[in-house]
Parts: sequence; structure tokens; C-alpha cells
Amino acid sequence: MFSLSIPLGKFVRRVSRLRGGGSALPGLVVEKIDPGFMQRTLSTLPHGVAVVSGTNGKTTTTKMVVELLESQGLKVFTNRTGSNFTRGVAAALIGDVDWRGRLDADVAVLELDEAHAVHFVNRVPPRYSLLLNVLRDQLDRFGEIDKTAQLLQHIASKTTGTVVLNREDPRVARIAGTLQGPEVLYFGLDDSLLGTFPSDDELRAGPGSPVPAVPQRPQADVVLRRVGADDADFEYDGVTVTTGMKLRGVYNIFNAAAALALARSICGSGAATADHGTLLKALSEVAPAFGRGESLTVDGLPLDLVLVKNPSGFRLGLKSFPSGGYATMIAINDNYADGRDMSWLWDVDFDSLRAAGVDQVTGSRAYDMALRLQYDEVQIGAVDTDIPAALADFIRKGKGKPKRVFCTYTAMLAIRRELSKITTVEVVS
Amino acid sequence: MTPESTGGTTASKGTIRVLQLYPREMNIYGDWGNALVLQQRLKWHGYTPELLEYNVGDEFPEGVDIILGGGGQDSGQLVIQDDLQSRASLLKGMAEDGTPMLLICGLYQLFGRFFKTRSGPVIPGISVLDVETHGTDERLIGNVKVTTAEFGEVLGYENHSGQTTLGPGVEPLGTVAKGTGNNSSDGQEGARYRNIVASYLHGSLLPKNPAIADFLIRTAVERKYGTFTPGEADDRFAVLAREHAARRPR
Repeated sequence: MFSLSIPLGKFVRRVSRLRGGGSALPGLVVEKIDPGFMQRTLSTLPHGVAVVSGTNGKTTTTKMVVELLESQGLKVFTNRTGSNFTRGVAAALIGDVDWRGRLDADVAVLELDEAHAVHFVNRVPPRYSLLLNVLRDQLDRFGEIDKTAQLLQHIASKTTGTVVLNREDPRVARIAGTLQGPEVLYFGLDDSLLGTFPSDDELRAGPGSPVPAVPQRPQADVVLRRVGADDADFEYDGVTVTTGMKLRGVYNIFNAAAALALARSICGSGAATADHGTLLKALSEVAPAFGRGESLTVDGLPLDLVLVKNPSGFRLGLKSFPSGGYATMIAINDNYADGRDMSWLWDVDFDSLRAAGVDQVTGSRAYDMALRLQYDEVQIGAVDTDIPAALADFIRKGKGKPKRVFCTYTAMLAIRRELSKITTVEVVS
Repeated sequence: MTPESTGGTTASKGTIRVLQLYPREMNIYGDWGNALVLQQRLKWHGYTPELLEYNVGDEFPEGVDIILGGGGQDSGQLVIQDDLQSRASLLKGMAEDGTPMLLICGLYQLFGRFFKTRSGPVIPGISVLDVETHGTDERLIGNVKVTTAEFGEVLGYENHSGQTTLGPGVEPLGTVAKGTGNNSSDGQEGARYRNIVASYLHGSLLPKNPAIADFLIRTAVERKYGTFTPGEADDRFAVLAREHAARRPR
């Protein structure tokens, strides 16, 4: 069938790129004039659609799954720009289909925002879904985390083949009990690592409050056994393997277990023979996605950007990136994409920054952050709500020291923009 | 140890015991911030804070001077409801006796007469406060600014679907200048009764509203030791954070 929607969509895409505009507009145009486009195109893929959702780590995990599958010789369609709404998927499709609307791919791996995934799976039931976590994030959008869990449950219920669940997140693991159709697989953590990922329910009782006993957990398909400085041990098929890791941060490496479980499942369903050697080599080479734990170079020394958007993420960031020897900046914005509610800052412990202090605090909520640090008795060098000015000051005063910036999403975008004036910042199209 | 090394510490003016109610289930909106602020400000004022917690099934500690109650999901309220009922007369006695309390969101609701959820079931409260709460489909979310006679402008963030109406037995904490507050009709926020401050505002509430923190501390100290002499508190960042928060859009 030939339809005008595809050439028109491609035209809008070209024009909006020339104008440097948003990535979702062509998707919106095509969806308006040809509502069946996305469903029709994706249903042609021989190995179907895999949806990756959850509060935290979608972008990097999706990137890992794609690279793992590509290492097995599969052609993968994905929404690479991180536009994780339905129209973002349509926009990405418009870029990849030929003029007759054909998509040359074996499988689609799509990162979807929790709320938008619900609309997507109603239209395109996925063959696979990977549900990462339900964290206390974006409560200003969803109201309660139980509501977020319900959104993920809906994705799982629409999945026709295999659902991959986080065994260690009680709200995610509990979804298994609600499913009848799909096969359920888990990814999990070694007992010794559980303490690194306190669940949101144990987030903040008083100091010294007892840690609840670990309950009986189901068998996991892939288990993260150990995290080293630049390698990690995973166990699957009864064997423990060690692989180098470019990704840093324990949460990224836990999500590598998730990506392995999904990729192995897709390959195991006949898409390809999952070859251990090439899978692990691909995993060891995955670099962080745009703005997620990127390391840039400023004045010949590394500057790490650590994205923080909820208490669990911030605590894991502080744990993964110790402050000794580094100059530290914290940039907190409260724009819509960051979440408008600042209460979560009080659920993070900043004790680990006490020894070295924080050199600079910035962002629209810089004073809330400074107030938070004050109550944890952390010394502060300077506070300035203006991000460009604060960044310049931070770089000037921190000369000769590697740097680390903990930042919310829109603060990260602003910092990247400023840094691109003085260093090479990788641009994702 | 030389005498100089201990010379810098002044003797404590006394111990104040702060109890967090159900921190495991009712702590969703940074309620730890309220506990931390009381702990540090007690130190700044020269007192020794003792932070305690009470969870479902625990023994209720003796000699509690200040009670903190936080917010929780609807599911959390269901988990604690029986235990809370079993402590109703104790808590009511403490409230009537003048124990200072800060009750945020979920425990504000459950310290009232009842919370009638939208799906039907009624969670009974412990009737410390003459208020009642009805679940709605509308979720009230955003930055809030409240004008109060007692504490000046109170700043915070709200996120609730239960709407609370006050009976004649309580006063509102204040009038809403930005945001919604107790319910979408009367423009009032929170409740004041004896030494209880109840509110839908989190943020956390106390860090940006040190006047309320110091009210709880002063009241507790006066009840226990007769008089309160404040110490030095550095509220520079609190003032700036307040100014900034007041300008943030809803």
C-alpha cells in the first residue's frame, strides 16, 4: 500500500532537523494523518517488539540490549534519541522506513516512558517486555509509586511472549503473580549486593533501624554476582562469567544483568544463537547513553556527569562515585522534566560528601540543595542559581582536579550546552 | 585527654525525645527531613536530641517530647491502621496534654475522624483532630504558599487526592495564597489544635519553615524544663530557599 503519510513524514523530519527542532514532530504528523502507521510497520518484524520500561535506567539498558542483539547479527530498530513517547517511536520509524514504508529490521527494542507505554502496548502488544524498577520518582506526575507499579503491570499483561522482571524490586517482582499468558524470567542480585540497593520502602527509617530479612526469591535467569572497579561477574546457565565493563555505577551494571536476560531470551526464541563470547564482548564495550554517566574532558582532566533524579539514584550515584580527590558540583533544577517536587532530596544521605565538601551548588533549587547539605553538615564552597556562571566558577577554582557533577536532567542539558563551548561533547542525533 | 580538648563543648541544657511514627510505612515525601531538622536545631539550641521511631508492633517508648507523623501511600495507611487504633487513647491523651506534634499528609488524615477512600472502604481515624477526609478523583499536586498568623508565610509542596474538611474543634493552619490546601473549595490549609500542627505540605516542611520547627522545640522544652532559651541558628539558606520557592510556578 502506498500512502502519502511516509513521504510527508520524511519531509517534516527533514525540515524540522534543518530548523534544529524537536524529534517528535514528524511522528505527530504521521500519526495524525495515518493512525495505523506505527502498528502496521512494527507488526512486520519477524521477532516482534521488545519494550523496556521502569523508572530508572531505561535509556542505557535499551542501548545495551540493542548492542547485545546487534552482536548476534540481528538488525535492530530502536528509538535511539531517547524520545520515549509513542510519537517519538513513530518519529524514529519515519527516519528508518524506506519510501514505501518498509522497515528493514528483525526486531524492535523500544524504551518507553511508563505512562506512555500503556498507550503504546494497547496498540502494539509487545512480544517481550523488560521492567526495571519502580522508584520514588516523578510523584508529581503519578501521585503514588503504587500507581507507577500498576502502569508496569499493564505493560506486562499485554506482553505475548516473555516478561523479564527485576527480582529484587518487590513492586516489580509482584507483577509475576498477576500474569497468566506470558513466560516470566527474572534478573537478580547476589545476596552480598542487596544492601547496595535498599528498596524505596526501607528508604528512610531512623538510623539503626533493623534491616528486614531477605525473603525466599525465585530463581533468576541472570544474576549479578560481583561488581569490580572495571569488571563484573554475572551468573547464568549455572556458570559465573567475568567481563570487563566500560559502564560505571552499580545501577548500570545491575541493568546489564537485565539487558543480558532480555537479549538471551530474544535470541533463545529462535532469533539467533546467543554466543557467550560475542555477547560478553559486546557488553564490555557498551558506553553510557547520552548524559547518563558520561565522562568528558575539561582542561585535560575528566569531568563526570552523574544524572540524579530520585533518592535511590542519587544514593547509588554517591556510592558509585566516591568524592575523594574530586571537585564536586551539584546542580538541581525543578523543571517539569526534572520533577517539580524537591522533597526527595531529604531522602538522600550526603554524609559521604562531608570529608571533601561540595565546591559548588547550582540550579533553580540550589538553595534547597544547600539547605539540605547544611543539615548534613557538609561544607559548601559557593551557591549560585545561575548554571553557566556556577559552572565557569567551578571549573576555574577546580583547576588541576578531576571533577564530578551530580545533576538533574535539565541541569545536565544546560551543563552539556555550556561544556560544548569548551570541550568536545558527543552529540547524539 | 587535655582539659582544652573538652573545653569547647558547653553542657547540654537537657534531652528532648523526638518520636517518628511509622517511619517504615509513612515516610514518602521526605519526612526524614523533618526529623533531621529537629535533631540539628535541638543541638543548635543547646539541647541533646534523642531520635526514636515507632513502627507497627513496637513497644511505645516512654517520655516522648515531640511526635512526628509523615505521609504514606493509601496502601501504607491500610498497613498501619489497626496498630494506630490500638494506640488511639495513648496518642489522644498525649495530644490533650499538650505534646507538640507535626502531622503531615497521611497521618494528618488518620489523626482525624476517618478517611473515606474513593473506592468505598472507610479507614477509621483516631479522632485526635476534628477533621474528616474524603478521597476524590482529583489529585492536588504542586507548590503551595500559605499565609498563617502564627508562623508567617509557610511554603511547601502538596500531593494528595484525599480532601479534608475541618470541624469546629480545630482551626486551620492558614489561608492558601498559592496551591489548593485541605480541599478544593474553602481555601484553607492544615489544622491547628493544642500544640499540634497538621498539614498537607511536605517539601520537607520544617527545613524551609524553621518557625514551625522552633515552635515544636520551644513547646517541648517549656513543657519539660519550664523555660526555653534559644541558641544560634544559621537560617541563611532557609531564607534564600524560601524566597526562591515562593517564586516557583505551581
